[in-house]
Amino acid sequence: MKNTILRIENVSKIYGETEVLKDISLEVKEGDNVVLIGPSGTGKSTLLRCINQLTSINSGRIWLDDEEITAPGVNHDQVRQHIGMVFQDFLLFNHLTALDNVMVGPVRVLGMDKEKAREHAMYELKRVGLEDRAGHYPGQLSGGQKQRVAIARALAMDPRIMLFDEPTSALDPELIGEVLEVMEKLAKEGMTMVVVTHEMGFAREVADKIVFMEKGLVVEEGAPKDIFYKPKFERTREFLWKITELYGDHDDDDDDEEDED
Amino acid sequence: MALFDIVVYILEGVGITIAVTLVALPLGLVLGIVFALLRIYGGKVLSSLAAVYSTVMRGLPPIVLLFILYFIIAGSINIEPFWAGSISLAIISSSYQMEIFRGAVLSVGQGQEMAARAIGMSRMQGIRYIILPQALRLAIPPWSNEAATVVKDSSLVYALGVAEVLRRAQFVGARTYQPLMAFSIAALIYFGLVFLTSRGLSILEEKTRIPAF
Repeated sequence: MKNTILRIENVSKIYGETEVLKDISLEVKEGDNVVLIGPSGTGKSTLLRCINQLTSINSGRIWLDDEEITAPGVNHDQVRQHIGMVFQDFLLFNHLTALDNVMVGPVRVLGMDKEKAREHAMYELKRVGLEDRAGHYPGQLSGGQKQRVAIARALAMDPRIMLFDEPTSALDPELIGEVLEVMEKLAKEGMTMVVVTHEMGFAREVADKIVFMEKGLVVEEGAPKDIFYKPKFERTREFLWKITELYGDHDDDDDDEEDED
Repeated sequence: MALFDIVVYILEGVGITIAVTLVALPLGLVLGIVFALLRIYGGKVLSSLAAVYSTVMRGLPPIVLLFILYFIIAGSINIEPFWAGSISLAIISSSYQMEIFRGAVLSVGQGQEMAARAIGMSRMQGIRYIILPQALRLAIPPWSNEAATVVKDSSLVYALGVAEVLRRAQFVGARTYQPLMAFSIAALIYFGLVFLTSRGLSILEEKTRIPAF
């Protein structure tokens, strides 16, 4: 029986008049790769931001391991040290080299010795295949390389869980693969991950659980084969049809569906 | 009095002119950064106070402010005109520098702060290690403008009787009946100082540039 790393209970988030998240509950077990899918403006990114407390929630509770991180008096800066986050637009620190981007967290936040932090950062850069770009500044890296450095930066904090907010949406198509490969490798190594993505190939092959969200609600969740081939709800089927049409792998789907039937 | 003597007499004031600038500019820098951070991160009350400070200070002629501040400062503590004048110039400059740094911090962008918070940095750590290093670089070009202004405005303390370049030029010009000559020499000196300041800051801008950014 795997431990539960992240537990979200009845979380709601309201911006002004709009309820962006409505009573969301979700559980992520150790080593699981949970993929959140759904139309834009559905609250997927907001949910990630609520998990690491970059956005405060209006009601509900969130636990990381056995600590309720939404309890009053909890130090949010400390909570974030244990939750890695990767953003759609990379957000590398522009004035720092790739190596310094990865080192700055361990050195400044964890107070790690500089030499040790450098070794650790080089290890993380190797993990994402960029040890030869250690001295490059963000402006000298391709989008795919930037995102891999951003992943290394998050990994350097040795997080309990990694959150990915549409990590490939800002990338040129030919650069998406290298980022997905790194994420797939992390998943295989047993990293616990929550991923918001429109990459259905990744969702189908790497996810342990897929959560379909729409209009601030969890419509349906389940194993990839259930969600993709036997969705319980019409809305899930419609969304998957639309998005696979967009990404041009309908033929695949049709074949698979016939196989399943 | 020969031309040489006039030049030497005025040049003896250069040290004071530079000293006034070297007090006013760095002190204005520190105050400017603090006020800019209060304006952006200070919450409702402090932010509004900083905004009012900036609006009022920038809405008055420097020479008027200089007299007012001088009489406030000199009236409350026993202090030489040099110090009172330099500190007054620093306060005036701080309101302009505040706007320079505010613009620079805002143009670094909220994304950078969010990324800093996401790896567990506190707001202060994010400002110190991520926002300011970038904002200070962005501020160099507009700041060199303000540096030139402060070099030139250092001449205002002549009105307080401080024996800097302009004061000496006026004095020697009146005594020798060669005011045009005297003021022209002063002009050359100010131009030289401003020119060197701008060049120095261009070099700093070049040296601190982030590659490919």
